[in-house]
Amino acid sequence: MKLGSLKIALAALLSVLTWQASAAGDQVVIGDIDDLSGVYADAQGQGGIEAINMAIADFGGTVLGKKIVLLTADHQNKPDIGATKYREWADQNGLNMLIGGSNTGVNIAMSKVAAAKKVPLIVIGAGGSSLTGADCTPYSVHYVYDTTSLANGTASTIVKSGGKSWFFVTADYAFGTQLQDSATRVVTANGGKVLGAVRVPLGATDFSSFLIQAQSSGAQVLGLANAGTDFSNSLKGANEFGITKTMKPAALLAFISDIHSLTLQTAQGLYLTTAWYWDLNEETRAFGKRFFAKMQREPTMDQAGAYSATLQYLKAVKSAGTADSDKVMAELKKATLNDLFVKNGHIRADGLMVHTMYVMQVKTPAESKYPWDYYKVIKVMPAEEAYGSQPDPACSFAKQ
Amino acid sequence: MTTVLGVPLPAILGQLTLGLVNGSFYALLSLGLAVIFGLLGIVNFAHGAFYMLGAFAAYIGLQAFGVNYWFALILAPLAVGLLGVLIERLFLRHLYRLDPLYGLLLTFGVALIAEGVMRDRFGASGKSYPVPESLQGAFDLGFMVLPIYRAWVVAASLAVCGMTWFLIERTRLGATLRAATENARLVQAFGINVPLLVMGTYGGGVALAALAGVLAAPVVQVSPLMGSSLVIVVFAVVVIGGMGSIIGAIISGLSLGIVEGLTKVIYPEASNIVVFIIMAVVLMWRPAGLFGREQ
Amino acid sequence: MAGSSNIRARVAVYAVLGILALTAPLLGIYPVFLMKLLCYAMFACAFNLLLGYTKMLSFGHAAYFGSSAYITGWLVSVHGWGTIEGILAGVAASMLLGIAIGAIAVRRQGIYFAMITLALAQLVFFICLQAEFTGGENGLQSIPRGSIFGLIGLGRDDTMYYFVLAVFMAVYVFVRRIVGSPFGHVLQAIRENEPRAVSLGYKVARYKLLAFVLSASISGLAGSLKALTLGFATLSDVNQGTSGEVILMTLLGGSGTFLGPVVGAGVVVTLQEYLSDHVGAWVSVIIGAIFVVCVMVFRRGFVGEIAWRFAHSRFGTRRTAE
Repeated sequence: MKLGSLKIALAALLSVLTWQASAAGDQVVIGDIDDLSGVYADAQGQGGIEAINMAIADFGGTVLGKKIVLLTADHQNKPDIGATKYREWADQNGLNMLIGGSNTGVNIAMSKVAAAKKVPLIVIGAGGSSLTGADCTPYSVHYVYDTTSLANGTASTIVKSGGKSWFFVTADYAFGTQLQDSATRVVTANGGKVLGAVRVPLGATDFSSFLIQAQSSGAQVLGLANAGTDFSNSLKGANEFGITKTMKPAALLAFISDIHSLTLQTAQGLYLTTAWYWDLNEETRAFGKRFFAKMQREPTMDQAGAYSATLQYLKAVKSAGTADSDKVMAELKKATLNDLFVKNGHIRADGLMVHTMYVMQVKTPAESKYPWDYYKVIKVMPAEEAYGSQPDPACSFAKQ
Repeated sequence: MTTVLGVPLPAILGQLTLGLVNGSFYALLSLGLAVIFGLLGIVNFAHGAFYMLGAFAAYIGLQAFGVNYWFALILAPLAVGLLGVLIERLFLRHLYRLDPLYGLLLTFGVALIAEGVMRDRFGASGKSYPVPESLQGAFDLGFMVLPIYRAWVVAASLAVCGMTWFLIERTRLGATLRAATENARLVQAFGINVPLLVMGTYGGGVALAALAGVLAAPVVQVSPLMGSSLVIVVFAVVVIGGMGSIIGAIISGLSLGIVEGLTKVIYPEASNIVVFIIMAVVLMWRPAGLFGREQ
Repeated sequence: MAGSSNIRARVAVYAVLGILALTAPLLGIYPVFLMKLLCYAMFACAFNLLLGYTKMLSFGHAAYFGSSAYITGWLVSVHGWGTIEGILAGVAASMLLGIAIGAIAVRRQGIYFAMITLALAQLVFFICLQAEFTGGENGLQSIPRGSIFGLIGLGRDDTMYYFVLAVFMAVYVFVRRIVGSPFGHVLQAIRENEPRAVSLGYKVARYKLLAFVLSASISGLAGSLKALTLGFATLSDVNQGTSGEVILMTLLGGSGTFLGPVVGAGVVVTLQEYLSDHVGAWVSVIIGAIFVVCVMVFRRGFVGEIAWRFAHSRFGTRRTAE
């Protein structure tokens, strides 16, 4: 009886263990590891997956005669889950390229895997500039935006318009810290002062005690070094406690999905920096319309960026004639990128894709004429102004 | 600006006020736990999950059925309380004759299920629940601006705590309940339906958790994970107050909220752990808790 | 005769499992997955020492698993310690933590014991969150596997697998020996009837503490190996979820048996690995449901149930299983 049930157990075990997908040489496998259910789920998330699928379809579904396959996973904002999944796909599923979703901490861990397994990582959702600085690798590309450009856009606009003293409410992990650092540099370079900062665990929902600390500092500007639902919750809290009457909120990273959930009533007047907006021109509007038909929302810059990165990768594979990582990376770094997301973009030696960035201001409810008409363009920042002209000195292999 | 220990007075008063608000939640939640443990001997690990379900009941009620906040305050605890009653009837009842650890483990499993289902349906980040119209706006207290809603939370929690204490300690029903936990057989001999009483008590404790959830919904964003992080602190509070003591739960809950608020000003890094440190100290010095009786 | 067929069955089971374990990488099964399984199986065996044989339900065992993972990870990656030295340091750390927490916790029983271990583990969690060296939310990353005393490199997955397997087997045998030893018999006597054990003159508190510390140390060993295998030590390793998981694994497999925790760990890790891609959050629901079923009707767990039926069906009289 014991042996009988043992046989069953063994059979079950073996069938489960051989359930693993085998690496097929006749496919090009693209992966997407992202926050699909948590704090950042709206910035890229399911919409990002949809955008990647649109790019694959627009490219034709195959490249070099091989079928293009998409694997997705939720990293739940845990670096170990993201990195372990990436490693497993590289070892077991023949992964050719990974699209990195939100969360800088996870992406830093994943870039180590990119270098170890030599599988290119194109980071879309995460913002930390260290991804092309101290954490750079020859196989990672940072595609949509980074904390440097966000600070150069939003922080500098606010400091120059009079917001000299700052207090930061910072998400307590790599992204928040780096965003606070970038913003601090811009503030002090423009004659401002940082009076203090408070660290908040990622995903906290009640910001009241942190906001009270911010208020008691007497600073003019409330620097929100966070994103996603952290950003919307902290802004709502600031409103609730009357803090926005005495301090000006600085939305250091905000997506159109955040503005939508906050409503123009709450978010009006905020400055923010973005790489892309659905209502910029005919091409972007067309993409917006296609996306809206599937997702019932306009795309964020991350989602448009995911589309573009996938398309450009597949183009590079086609030009290189192979999916071999080194050859494809060389193609990507040679190319001038042009599509609905980017015009005349190129990938720098340290992996940063430099391109135009826009400083926007959120419209008032009266100024908004149609659904999702949320932004007006305050400033167009050319790539050098947004990102600086030299590769990041902290990136060891990119030294010219 | 006057300072105490180098910290500006408005900051201290502000954190203390917020601490009082948090303390009201702790008090309400530990009350439910203390009722269930004190009267039934069950460690209800699912308490955080019921709190979360109460908040979601309010959220879903509003989104899908247009049930407003005031109705939700009554309906959500009723609905979740009913669920609690079902769980008691179908599962817990059969475990009383066994080691109490099995009851604990069962409620632990129930919490996992509840959290998993909600997380699958709603994702892990919080959903926004609006503050009801009549409670919007804020009081300007001088040292800080206090949203009216938060003041309401304190008032409502204290009222419910008071009523529950009165029910259990001063009414006939409460007396019957307390007698039943001391000697169920004897009380049953008097013709009182003890199983029904037990079922009702469990449902009542659960309903208290759900009520706390509805009160919390506009403050903390409704999320499937909102209960699991809170429930451990609440357990510590109950242990400090004394696991069977109703008044202990209320007083410790409020005091610990205030202590936490104070710690945030003086030594913010310790604010998460101060409750556990106090618990360890209390357990070493007075194992039954501050107001508890040794079982 | 009765005893020998029991022994034959046991030998057969171990032989099959042993062969499977030794040839697994050659069969194409992902070694990293197997190593993770072995680490958690070790953790569950350590936990079972406390729950199954001493009837102490610790609700915060992740504290030992995770703190050891952090110490080993930190020493090996930041300070360049050797692999074996790092593991030993991690085990020492969890042992010390076990002594500290155990000394407070074993004074109480049942629910109170569980609550104390829970709260003190939360304390450890928050300390790990705040401490500089743990890297906070980011955790420790890229922990190198190093080598065994500079001789055998552990970078390759299959080499590392055999190392972990060897440690696991040693731990398994060790736990069996403890339970079968006079010390183990005293523990079981305490489990069956503590007042009687006291009246017989045994210093019960000391025995319990020793069991607690042993359990904590082995949990630490599992944590260190996990950190080296996956290259990560993060807050997940010390949080409440992991404490809950190990309880689950032990109960599922059967507390009070030896293979039980191993099977339980296997089931949970496999479910998480393969189901989460397909059904997402439902993994929690399924695991929770299995848990509820186990508590309600299946209290002996898989292996416990199998062993019990085996003992009862063959001989009609009740014998203690395994």
